[in-house]
Amino acid sequence: MKITLNNRPESIGKEQVSVSELLELKNFTFKMLVIKVNGKLIKKGAYSSVNIYDGDDVTVLHLVSGG
Amino acid sequence: MNFEEIKNKLRNYTVGIAGAGGLGSNCAVAIARVGVGKIIISDFDIVYESNLNRQYFFKDQIGLRKVDALKANIERINPEIEVLDHFIKLDENNIIDIYKDCDLVVEAFDLAEMKKMLIETFLSELPKMPIVLGLGMAGFGKSNTIKFRKAENLYICGDEISEIADNNPPLAPRVGMVANMQANTVLEILLNS
Repeated sequence: MKITLNNRPESIGKEQVSVSELLELKNFTFKMLVIKVNGKLIKKGAYSSVNIYDGDDVTVLHLVSGG
Repeated sequence: MNFEEIKNKLRNYTVGIAGAGGLGSNCAVAIARVGVGKIIISDFDIVYESNLNRQYFFKDQIGLRKVDALKANIERINPEIEVLDHFIKLDENNIIDIYKDCDLVVEAFDLAEMKKMLIETFLSELPKMPIVLGLGMAGFGKSNTIKFRKAENLYICGDEISEIADNNPPLAPRVGMVANMQANTVLEILLNS
């Protein structure tokens, strides 16, 4: 399937993946993340239950300290 | 647009700034210079000597509340700007009330967990509010890694990587670059609206 990840097109070799699987596939190993799927905030507790499908738009923000 | 037109337009807007440290103080000063009508700023901290390597405060302001010192500095630069200040630690229970009437909010915290709190609270409770984030600016050099991207109503300024540490401190140049990039984004959103 094809999705948009952080404004870039990405091909994933599966029909669907959970948010947790996507994070693993794309090596997002950081703890402090904010994730949106099609504009909707996905809280940490829902990472394994929310699925991502063909055409979905995913934003992953890695929050780093400093300011 | 000439500067008069820009000033006349900006006068009608209210910008919220969450945090008055390196990002917040520099961003507030930049938008005050250009003439954003009203700025709502919150911070719970006082000015320390260690802040002076990047924050828009002066040596004789050490010990003052950051919100009071910043309000005084903005007053000296542009007394036409209305500054509403809150000496408060922002959290998920008060942040919406304080900023709900703003046209947009600048995230200017130092800690990642506070940045996360702000984003998640707004996305849950006021999902349409434009949020201008400062993300990744520790250290020095690497000017071309500092970038801008937009994800719906989140506007992200910074390199998204450089995290502060004892051997990678936040310093005036890169913090100022990101703070001014946030201010520039504020102008872009307001002047194009």
